[in-house]
Amino acid sequence: MLTLTSLRETPLHRLPAGWKLAALAAASLWLFTLQSGAALGVTICATGAVYLWLGRDIAARGIALLRPLWPFLAVLGLWHLWIGDMAAGIFLAGRMLCAVALANLVTMTTQLEALIAVLTRLLAPTARIGLQPQVLALSVALVIRFTPVLMDKTAQLMQAWRARGGGRANWRIVLPVALIALDDADHVADALRARGGIVPQNGLRPE
Amino acid sequence: MEKNVTYIALFAALIAVLGLVPQITLATGVPITAQSLGVMLCGTVLGARRGALAVLLFVALVALGLPLLSGGRGGLGVFASPTVGFVLGFPVAAFVTGWIVEKWRGQIGLVASVAAFVGGVLVLYAFGITGMAIVLGKSWPAASVLVAAYIPGDLIKTVLAGLITQGLARLRPHAVLSRA
Repeated sequence: MLTLTSLRETPLHRLPAGWKLAALAAASLWLFTLQSGAALGVTICATGAVYLWLGRDIAARGIALLRPLWPFLAVLGLWHLWIGDMAAGIFLAGRMLCAVALANLVTMTTQLEALIAVLTRLLAPTARIGLQPQVLALSVALVIRFTPVLMDKTAQLMQAWRARGGGRANWRIVLPVALIALDDADHVADALRARGGIVPQNGLRPE
Repeated sequence: MEKNVTYIALFAALIAVLGLVPQITLATGVPITAQSLGVMLCGTVLGARRGALAVLLFVALVALGLPLLSGGRGGLGVFASPTVGFVLGFPVAAFVTGWIVEKWRGQIGLVASVAAFVGGVLVLYAFGITGMAIVLGKSWPAASVLVAAYIPGDLIKTVLAGLITQGLARLRPHAVLSRA
């Protein structure tokens, strides 16, 4: 399945995922505590500089990823135009765009496998209360595998709907899609059991 | 054990698929996606614990960078954007919805609708509006005005969640784990 990670390897790709996440947390905290416009301006310029340093393709992709935010920019603009405090509106908009851009930077330059590894490591202590890391890994793999499968089956249902002259599919398509999800879940559970099932680890950390 | 894991994973996939199917435009002109309907169904069908875990799994995969949110959004940027409250509220919404369906043993369709309203609208909007108020630097009432346009669509979805849950309970009684 498609991920948002950039396929072209950049220097940021080679940094450990844990470091990037820690840096992102620190940067986000900094963004939401800073008060002065000058500090925000410097942070925004630094973020832009990192994007440009990584290459024009990454910068273009970064801008495309910010596009869903435009309704909120419009709302902020109108709001602050109305109360007559445009400076505050620009500050809030800049802070939001910069925070999202920094987070997207980590997403674009970190492989899914590396992030899953960080998640598994963070959740390792929960093995003591019964949550098993290998169950998490299996669940993640199942969702990644079955989202496109369920998507294809939904597309087929919608085509069949149109072929029968039903026009554009509406909410009634959801019931058969949910039914497919339930039946697939039953089949996969049977298949897993037939292959020996998920072996309980009794709270021990598997190596 | 296997069944728990596959139900949770397949319903996480269901939320993703419902976010990616084409949008439905309401009479009011506001486009809605079925994604929050998926969150409600996790609660009404899987119950509180499994439902919340399915949604949590979905949110975790969004955070890891899969573009599973409606409109193909995903990645850590989602958690810095104004809609962060809705995404973080999804698992809680599913839990509350599932909890009500488990405890209130009335007619399944009606109970599921009411539960979806309490979890998927009241609880979810409390989270969503709080997140929007923080990110956009606005007061709570001001932020609630901004999301008001979406409430009619979500009210319709609570009714649909009831009808769909009722349908599933009739077709696959064993699979509606919230009542098992």
